[in-house]
Amino acid sequence: MDAIQKKLLKEVAELDALPVGAYNIRSNGQSAARNTTASIDIVTKEDKPGIDIIIKPGTKNQSVHIPVIISQSGLKEMVYNDFFIGEDCDVTIVAGCGISNCGGEDSRHDGIHSFYVGRGSRVRYIEKHYGEGTGRGKRLMNPTTVIELSEGAVMELETSQIGGIDDTLRVTKAKLGDNTSLIIHDKILTEGDQKAKAEIAVELDGNASSCDLISRGVAKEESLQEVVIRIDGNAACHGHAECDSIIMDKGVILATPQLRATNVDAELIHEAAIGKIAGEQLMKLMTMGLSEKEAEEMIIRGFLQ
Amino acid sequence: MLKLENISFTADDKEILKNISLTVDDRFVAITGPNGSGKSTLLKIIMGILTPTTGRIWLDGEDITDLSISERANRGISFAFQQPVRFKGLRVRDLLELAGGQGKDGGERFAHACEVLSEVGLCAKDYINRELDDTLSGGEMKRIEIAMAAARGTKMTLFDEPEAGIDLWSFQSLIHVFEKLYQETSGTIMIISHQERILNIADKIIYLKDGVVLEYDERERVMEHLELDIRPGTCAALQKYQENCTWGNGVN
Ligand SMILES: Nc1ncnc2c1ncn2[C@@H]1O[C@H](COP(=O)(O)OP(=O)(O)OP(=O)(O)O)[C@@H](O)[C@H]1O
Ligand SMILES: [Mg+2]
Repeated sequence: MDAIQKKLLKEVAELDALPVGAYNIRSNGQSAARNTTASIDIVTKEDKPGIDIIIKPGTKNQSVHIPVIISQSGLKEMVYNDFFIGEDCDVTIVAGCGISNCGGEDSRHDGIHSFYVGRGSRVRYIEKHYGEGTGRGKRLMNPTTVIELSEGAVMELETSQIGGIDDTLRVTKAKLGDNTSLIIHDKILTEGDQKAKAEIAVELDGNASSCDLISRGVAKEESLQEVVIRIDGNAACHGHAECDSIIMDKGVILATPQLRATNVDAELIHEAAIGKIAGEQLMKLMTMGLSEKEAEEMIIRGFLQ
Repeated sequence: MLKLENISFTADDKEILKNISLTVDDRFVAITGPNGSGKSTLLKIIMGILTPTTGRIWLDGEDITDLSISERANRGISFAFQQPVRFKGLRVRDLLELAGGQGKDGGERFAHACEVLSEVGLCAKDYINRELDDTLSGGEMKRIEIAMAAARGTKMTLFDEPEAGIDLWSFQSLIHVFEKLYQETSGTIMIISHQERILNIADKIIYLKDGVVLEYDERERVMEHLELDIRPGTCAALQKYQENCTWGNGVN
């Protein structure tokens, strides 16, 4: 692995060396390293690009890292990763994609991650997108995440994309069974003429199912952000979505909340707010010696923390 | 030494400060006066948050009238707002470390942040990692605001009604914060306050009314006049208000 690839790995998965536990590192369209454990198996798909990650019932306090890095300009790929998580597990999955494009051609990673989470399991999923490079070629990513939670399962997602990606469509679809809970924290920063669209759709089908979707965005310069959050309440459930954006320069933000209830015991809430950085926040930090620019950066860093 | 020269401030055709000239060379100065008299406006002009319509401001011989807020902050002015600002995502430690972090390494910065937090009566363990969002109560925010200004330890610290919203039991530790700052910085502290207990520890008091400095003198002398004339709540004050109020007739 060369220096660029190592840097990408560090950005998307905070890895300096090979991780402990199970992992599969995909580099420039190929599997570069893999490790399985007694309870976590990783199998290459035969019919299409991608892997199956099979986690045995009862697996606790273990992690799987599946970072994807692309440093070859012009590479385009579509990858399918399926996660089969048995009953009664407690695992952390770290995914992420880094593209470094110094060439003239567009590089693109499209991925579909499907999660089948067994009864009573807890899953924490962390996904980071990162792009860099000075070439004219664009850095494009379109991740789709499909989630099915069986009775009693809990899943927490932390997804982020802080600059560097020219165009992205992130789709997240989840179906929740009885007594399940889904938490999503999504953070995004766009700049230049970048475009980003996120569509999150959650179906609360089970009794006592709940979701908490928190999306925070910062649109700088001439970038465009679109967020569509939809919650369907089909049972006695609680759904909450909060979409909070900071708009700067000539940025454009479109936030569309959609709530659909088909059950009288569904309780759905959506909060959306778009605004510029408050003048008094800038002023406060300036009274502590920061310049206006530094104050702005600190506020954004905090907001996306 | 702070010198204000013919400072006026007009907003919406209303003259809020009227030609104020003042030289502050005392260590601990309290500013008092009725609501709306222009106290906060005056401190905001000193910090650079508001620009005076006319007049000049000097700090230790340097004309700072045209300096930005940041430049004044770096010259050694700090300000605790009357209404603290909240930040989504930033933690108490982020701002305290920023305030008191100059010339310290990571560990020292953190230790100092915890120390100032304890001084305003908040247990560092419970508060240092809290977000400065609307989950903090008004009084907690107010104490953190005071801690931030004190943590900078600059030669001039401005407090806008620091005691507002602070419970009675914590009052003494608040006074202690001012005393410590007084000893450690050998600078000037200016506090807007309506509280006799704060006025009582001031070297001098500025009495501001209708945008005019009516008095700037030793505490004892100003207090005498306050007692006689304008102390809020006295019958004389109420009577005077009713006489002067041309819109409706007073409080009823
Ligand atoms: N931008 C503005 N436009 C119009 N009037 C203003 C503006 N800013 C302040 N004022 C008025 O100026 C006056 C002085 O305000 P200031 O906040 O300085 O009063 P204060 O003495 O600090 O009062 P308090 O004791 O209530 O805090 C008030 O009557 C206020 O309504
Ligand atoms: Mg005021």
